[in-house]
Amino acid sequence: MRVTAFVLLALLAVAGGVAVFVVNSMARATIALAVSFVAAGAAILLVDAAYLGVITILMMLMEMGIMAIFMIMFMMNPGGLMPMSMMHNKRGALVVSIVVFLLLAGGALGTPWPQRRGTPPSDPTLALGEAIMGGKMLVMMTVSAVLFATIVSAMVLATGRGRYDGEPSARPADDA
Amino acid sequence: MFLVLAAALFATGLFGALSQQSVVMVMMGLELMINALVVAGAAFWYFLAPARPDGQVFVLVVLAAMTVEMALGFAVATLLMRARDADMTDMAGDLRG
Repeated sequence: MRVTAFVLLALLAVAGGVAVFVVNSMARATIALAVSFVAAGAAILLVDAAYLGVITILMMLMEMGIMAIFMIMFMMNPGGLMPMSMMHNKRGALVVSIVVFLLLAGGALGTPWPQRRGTPPSDPTLALGEAIMGGKMLVMMTVSAVLFATIVSAMVLATGRGRYDGEPSARPADDA
Repeated sequence: MFLVLAAALFATGLFGALSQQSVVMVMMGLELMINALVVAGAAFWYFLAPARPDGQVFVLVVLAAMTVEMALGFAVATLLMRARDADMTDMAGDLRG
């Protein structure tokens, strides 16, 4: 039962990922990517990582919502009403991707993986929470600093009338 | 099997990141590649060392990296649109100091 569910979810995840770059409409591409992420998150749920699976699904759905807004803002053809190709070097990218897949899949299947050590805790989420608040706290503190730096960097980059906002001569006189 | 799924997701994302011209579509490819790491990390935790939480913490770090990529990617996309009126990678192929 679990294997069947995994195979179905894996096929859905990969099909969604492929559909992202096949469909004409960027709105459909966003939905396809969301489907792929949800399927991947559900596959993670199959290995008893409930927290990670749920957080992956929730995060990705929110990200796809934000991405849809950016598409409507920035892309010239978000609805796919004018079929157009926005790809370059398709053949080269395809060859590189297939080679990388064969290498990774061959490595995954051909590597003599070590034996499983231990069994999962009765509540993996509780174990993760205790690790974060205990021995792994430094990791999460570092992550929090990186996230704060990301907020500041994103604001500096994206804000209007800022350091990187186009040519200095294009700014108002009082801003020069 | 989980690692084969991760390999497929990674290769699909790599194809998108290499072939797409739209900045947002390139970001979608990168997201798929990072998602492959999430799947692989969860599989490594469960099938190799489930007694320790290290694998789960690694997945959390990867998810944070995905968030950083997304936030800075959108910031750069906004900057490109503001500064050059560009939404395609080919329109931003040069550096200007």
